[in-house]
Amino acid sequence: MKPFEYRSPADAAAAVRSVAGNPAAVFLGGGTNLVDHLKLGVAAPDLVVHVADLLPAGIEELDGGTLRIGAGVRNSDLAADRRVRERFPVLSQALLSGASGQLRNMATTGGNPLQRTRCVYFQDVTTPCNKRQPGSGCSAVGGWTRHHAVLGASEHCLAVHPSDMAVAMAALDARVRVLGPDGERTIPFTGLHRLPAGTPERDTVLEHGDLITAIDLPPLPLARRSAYRKVRDRASYAFALVSVAAAVEVRDGVITDARVAFGGVAHVPWRAHRAERVLRGAPATEETYRAAADAELADARPADGPDGGNAFKIPLLRRTLAATLRGLVREDAR
Amino acid sequence: MTFIDRPVAIGLDLPRRDGAAKVRGTAVYAYETPVENPAYAHPVQATVARGRVTALDTAAAEVLDGVLAVLTPATAERLASTEDRELAALQDDGVAFRGQVVALVVADSSETARHAAALVRVTYAQEPHDSELRADRDDLYAPERVNPDFPTDTVEGDVAAATAVAAVVVEQTYTTATYHNNPLEPHATTAHWEPADGRLTLWDSTQGVHPARTAVASVFGLDEAKVRVVCPYVGGGFGSKGTPHVNVVLAAMAARAVPGRPVRLALTRQQMFSLAGYRTPTVQRCLLAAERDGRLTALAVDVVEQTSRIKEFAEQTGVPARMMYAVANRRTTHRLAALDVPVPSWMRAPGECPGMFGPEVAMDELAERLGLDPVELRIRNEPVTDPQTGKPFSSRNLVGCLREGAARFGWSGRDPRPGVRRDGDWLVGTGVAASTYPVHRMSKSTAVIRREGDRYVAEIGAADLGTGTWTTLAQIAADALGVPVERVEVRIGDTDHPMATVAGGSSGMSTWGSAVVEAARAFRTRYGAEPPERAEASGSVPPADDRWAMHAFGAQFAEARVHLDTGEIRVPRLLGVFAVGRIVNPRTARSQLVGGMTMGLSMALHEHSVLDPRTGHVVNHDLADYHIAANADVAEVEAHWLDEHDPHVNAMGTKGIGEIGIVGTAAAVSNAVWHACGARVRDLPVTLDKVLPALEDPPGR
Amino acid sequence: MSEITVHVDGTPRRLTVDTRTTLLDALRERLGVTSPKKGCDHGQCGACTVLSGGRRVLSCLTLAVTQDGARVVTAEGLAAHDRPDGERPAGGQRSDDDGLHPVQRAFVDCDAFQCGYCTPGQVVSAVGMLDEFARGWPSAVTEGTRPPRLDRAEVAERMSGNLCRCAAYVNIVPAVQRAAAESGTAAPGAGVAE
Repeated sequence: MKPFEYRSPADAAAAVRSVAGNPAAVFLGGGTNLVDHLKLGVAAPDLVVHVADLLPAGIEELDGGTLRIGAGVRNSDLAADRRVRERFPVLSQALLSGASGQLRNMATTGGNPLQRTRCVYFQDVTTPCNKRQPGSGCSAVGGWTRHHAVLGASEHCLAVHPSDMAVAMAALDARVRVLGPDGERTIPFTGLHRLPAGTPERDTVLEHGDLITAIDLPPLPLARRSAYRKVRDRASYAFALVSVAAAVEVRDGVITDARVAFGGVAHVPWRAHRAERVLRGAPATEETYRAAADAELADARPADGPDGGNAFKIPLLRRTLAATLRGLVREDAR
Repeated sequence: MTFIDRPVAIGLDLPRRDGAAKVRGTAVYAYETPVENPAYAHPVQATVARGRVTALDTAAAEVLDGVLAVLTPATAERLASTEDRELAALQDDGVAFRGQVVALVVADSSETARHAAALVRVTYAQEPHDSELRADRDDLYAPERVNPDFPTDTVEGDVAAATAVAAVVVEQTYTTATYHNNPLEPHATTAHWEPADGRLTLWDSTQGVHPARTAVASVFGLDEAKVRVVCPYVGGGFGSKGTPHVNVVLAAMAARAVPGRPVRLALTRQQMFSLAGYRTPTVQRCLLAAERDGRLTALAVDVVEQTSRIKEFAEQTGVPARMMYAVANRRTTHRLAALDVPVPSWMRAPGECPGMFGPEVAMDELAERLGLDPVELRIRNEPVTDPQTGKPFSSRNLVGCLREGAARFGWSGRDPRPGVRRDGDWLVGTGVAASTYPVHRMSKSTAVIRREGDRYVAEIGAADLGTGTWTTLAQIAADALGVPVERVEVRIGDTDHPMATVAGGSSGMSTWGSAVVEAARAFRTRYGAEPPERAEASGSVPPADDRWAMHAFGAQFAEARVHLDTGEIRVPRLLGVFAVGRIVNPRTARSQLVGGMTMGLSMALHEHSVLDPRTGHVVNHDLADYHIAANADVAEVEAHWLDEHDPHVNAMGTKGIGEIGIVGTAAAVSNAVWHACGARVRDLPVTLDKVLPALEDPPGR
Repeated sequence: MSEITVHVDGTPRRLTVDTRTTLLDALRERLGVTSPKKGCDHGQCGACTVLSGGRRVLSCLTLAVTQDGARVVTAEGLAAHDRPDGERPAGGQRSDDDGLHPVQRAFVDCDAFQCGYCTPGQVVSAVGMLDEFARGWPSAVTEGTRPPRLDRAEVAERMSGNLCRCAAYVNIVPAVQRAAAESGTAAPGAGVAE
């Protein structure tokens, strides 16, 4: 771990100025990902700017019903918030399915979506990785791909985004408030992350010095019937093989509206627009669920590898989507 | 040998004597030993799997503030013995596996040592490496013996002839994965080399202070009397701390490089995946031939596994099949591939643990083919004497374990059909497998009994890896002396105490306990009931009675649930019944057996070190990617035991319980998963991707 | 280098730390407080769990410089008995006569450990978890929004951030339940002071 300067500025604007003014500066939130990377040599900043304690740590309800979640709100507090549990159960469930009690007490709302991939090759500085070192090559191609992408990957990067929270946020039409060197702006959550294409070193559209200050959840009545289903190799304390965030509205056996996003399968929390289009107006049946999955997974491409690759994720995701939708419809019928 | 007929303290359900210190965190582990002004060492590891180091640029590391020394093959001391090439640290420029130590930084702080290690620039002449185990390799060889000293191959009768005429034959290939012991406490040492008199003290996390001392003294060419190894507590070992690894040599080298200053060295979790041993992957070709009534007529287990190019370790995977069932025609073989990989070593129940996976799943497949209950199939093949040696068993209660386990588990009336039981969204099944482990007693170990005031002190260089030795040796000494256990104090974990063998092979209690009993007998013989203050006597392990075949047995039952949609696998219930001789302390014994079974569950469902053949290293080298069972993976795990009286094994009648719990568990789970969903998983771990193809799509409701 | 003051188990400790130093290394290698253990150093095992500001966190992923002024509790300082300030961290639970916190006592009674290396982290995690439970926090296995019972599944899920290689899980769960029952935190919202 390389030595670095540490600053704990008084406010967000000062923090942004500090980081924006130094290309080798980083923000420190809950530390759960950055401190890990400092030890691994994946991150080697000159300057670490601590922001976890200066960002808003409250959840406020705005006029019109939007919930504004301060970027400093810890994952555990967000998951336990009664308004979130009642209006957006998918978000609470997603948070609670991630990491461990200790880590959720540390991780922040602003930091969570910016955590980096857990690709074993990205985390090992002795192996080539285009995300860590552009142009060095992707070791996951032909490597161990059990935890890698089947959607939207490129020959340059097979990594997946590891966050559970982000999958729920993507499904819920959340909006991200960003403070940058040139002031504040808001971007849709689904526009925050980017596919790897030829530049996998960039996880998001944020520029250096941009700081997430809050995430807004606009009112979404159908989200009261929403769920997060995470499938993993251990019953707890493990990243997703695949996950599904879904919300549906059903009237007289017909799905009138739906939100769906996938985790564990792409470089981004994958909003499943194609699946949603199939679902809207269709009868709540197994055939519909399958058609929705097929539509979304039409372009899915598995990766092979010495451990059998990850082709299993495609049927697994199809089955998990069906199970999640079936469960929500069943709940709705009660 | 005097058998303890009427135990008083033995058998008591006593809490651990070290309990309060452990729950408060004040029990001192190796790295934590309070010393003055310690320095910190951090290894630099090879990033190629085979080749030579052609240049080591240490300049950037050496100029760092706080760096005390950078040891390389050019600057490190010459070791007296390089015979054990795993321990021959920094003696030449060769690289035999990725992750091998090529330099070592010593610094004022752990942060500086680690940073400096990252600044060492290493240039290699890389050679093509070969790190991939396959059963069809053309360079497999037969080792001279398999661990620790068994014949490599055995043949009895004519397997081919018996197979040709058998009513039913099961022949399949089973594989177990690479496993890393992963004790929660990393391999760690605090080393201090006294410049004045050349005495070396190692506070080392080890399963045996005396064996560690012998190895280190040999490597450095020291008189053993000049080396002291201390280890009161071990944060888990499971075999990986049974033999010293290179980290302890490096710690001692570092301490000598900074004279007078103690050095701390703990491997990182990632480093443990290449430097601290592991269990070889195994490929087991298993053949079972049987009559219609289930009686076995032939059995063959042909094992392929790996070792490293620099040091051979041949896991005895085929050995348990030699004595498990009555079958006239038997063949077992072991073949190794010597690869450019880290050095494999002991992991909990080497041999039995992987070796009871293939055959015990094959038995389930045979039962399926015969339409016979798998418990009954095993009972029908119960031998009268040891099939391997012809000797009578000192005690053999496999059948008792199977029957007791079946009754406790609720096995009777089990519908044998797979994939027909549902509970909500889950398919439910049950499975069984047998367990066995040999009764080992090491031939050397000495204990001293001394009176100190109103207490009796038992001293022996034994180890407590969480096994309960601090508590259970006191129970044995109390009964051997005929005093209440409260009056016995135990001192272990220090080479200043009399010589003890390694805590390995489930031999600890049988070996050290035998020495304690002999010492107590000598003590009473010499001093009678009223010994004077400081009266002292020693005793050593008596010779074993080799007229008997001595083994522990068990039966494990598992319930598995497979999710109809996702194939997720859960094991809500594991139940084991064991025949393991006399139980010294039911509380600590239950914990060990349950712990072994749970580690077996972890092996069944999760564990798998993934070696990327392109690089030659385990890519999932941390606890986020190498999954061990977490709390939520474990539900009911019950261990029971039969009241087994075996006067032949040793004075206590104990058989050893540290390892048998992990033997057979994975087979029981795999068999239960088959029963639940119809997917026969012959390759561990049993993960959802391997059962998904067997599930209906969409799931019928 | 930075100068910070951390209150460790009730004692203010002033120290100069490298900005790189984690809270875990500051405790273990600078202050000689070795109750929190280093099992993985990457937030993957839970052995380093401490309370900071009353919450369970991982000291291996916490930079010491961020803890200036923080109140940190390790397993060694859980029992009021052990604390010079007499404060009762973690919900005002009293320690019993042998100087052990009720969670520690339950761990000993239930044999909820073997090698002991993950144990201080398990114990602190259990204390923090019981406080979370008492606040009504849900877990991944909590159904709906009603307060759950502290059954096996709830305890196991909430304790899954603490790995135990000896696999004492089947004893850890009843130990935590026993401690909760004794201190009245088995039901949410019961008997926990801030």
